[in-house]
Amino acid sequence: MIEIAKYVKVKSLEEAYELNQKKSSAVIGGMLWLKMQKKRVGTAIDLSDLGLDRIEETSEEYQIGAMVTLRQIEQHEGLNRMTEGAVRDSVRHIVGVQFRNMATVGGSLFGRYGFSDVLTFFMAVGAKVELYHRGTVSVEEFAQMPYDRDILVRVIVPKGQQSTVYLSQRNTETDFPVLTCCISKAEEVRCVIGARPMRAVCLRDEQGILSGGITPESAAAFGTYVKEHVVTGSNLRAGGEYRSILCQVLTKRALLRIAEMEKEG
Amino acid sequence: MLIELWINEKKTTAEIEPDTLLIDFLRKQGCKSVKRGCETANCGLCTVFVDDKPVLSCSMLAARAAGHHVVTLEGLQEEAKGFAAYIADQGAEQCGFCNPGFMMNAIAMFRENPDPTEEEILEYLAGNLCRCSGYEGQMRGIRSYLAYKKKEEGASE
Repeated sequence: MIEIAKYVKVKSLEEAYELNQKKSSAVIGGMLWLKMQKKRVGTAIDLSDLGLDRIEETSEEYQIGAMVTLRQIEQHEGLNRMTEGAVRDSVRHIVGVQFRNMATVGGSLFGRYGFSDVLTFFMAVGAKVELYHRGTVSVEEFAQMPYDRDILVRVIVPKGQQSTVYLSQRNTETDFPVLTCCISKAEEVRCVIGARPMRAVCLRDEQGILSGGITPESAAAFGTYVKEHVVTGSNLRAGGEYRSILCQVLTKRALLRIAEMEKEG
Repeated sequence: MLIELWINEKKTTAEIEPDTLLIDFLRKQGCKSVKRGCETANCGLCTVFVDDKPVLSCSMLAARAAGHHVVTLEGLQEEAKGFAAYIADQGAEQCGFCNPGFMMNAIAMFRENPDPTEEEILEYLAGNLCRCSGYEGQMRGIRSYLAYKKKEEGASE
């Protein structure tokens, strides 16, 4: 169980950043994962009062505040329209509605959890995170960065014509995923594999396997490419070998779904 | 620290610790319908509404609820009564321990989506675990409750 000595609902990001420089401090997102840890927190920093619970839209992007819940992105009309429901597919299997009403986008991404559906989705759609101190970094780069004392302010999803498909394999409904796969196709194909069980990684079509279009053959070939280039591991949910097979299958299926979507227009 | 919030529409002021969880705070305030099942934010038993949204009170700090409206099953007796009878009619639950959380989340679902499909019901209630049943009785109860509601609405039109 987590123990908290002091709780502060901060009035500004500067205050949050200052407080968070102490190693014993912790920013609370939805607190779902944090609570599960045996940990002593000196100052619990709550960003609830900073208006970061909104999704704002400009002509170029969606700006998702760090305190926006998974349920909010699940139900957001614009994000779902743009990703053809992939954003909903990425979070709908996470525990239950009550959990998703609490879990935050900021907390999910800052943790860069290996099991993360959320990290997989945002990496695939080419999102960026806005960090208070460091500035804007792509989710792809952020996933590789070590943990620091910065504050994640918002997540920025660029708008644009794209086809996105999100698939995950689970041993049972509401459980952590065994493997996640999100493919987004705009000018380039971005194929993100997560829950390997390590942090998600993004692959591109560097060998031009899909340059002649997505066909059953090229989709299978790209699936094999992904299988060969993604490192997987074992944990209590599945073995590495099984995950590698899933890499191939989910990639192929996601590509074929994209081809169907393109045909449907 | 001192917090002020609404519990079942009653303004309440109380002294809490910074790490007091909402579930423990509510039980101390006499809302004994709020129970701990799993303690890992998975079972849905501790569900309460915060500003009308169902959340897991085992994972929320009481401090965060300050200034907000919290509703427990104690505050929804009228709304719960009709539906509870349909669940009981099916003998859906055996030990009944999961009932308060299930009621709360089912009410949240009916408010959000008064005419859910089978798939929508399963998805909305996926975070409420019952270890006695296979959920079949609950599904029958929900379906007959919805059918009754529809008939009632049809009659009043």
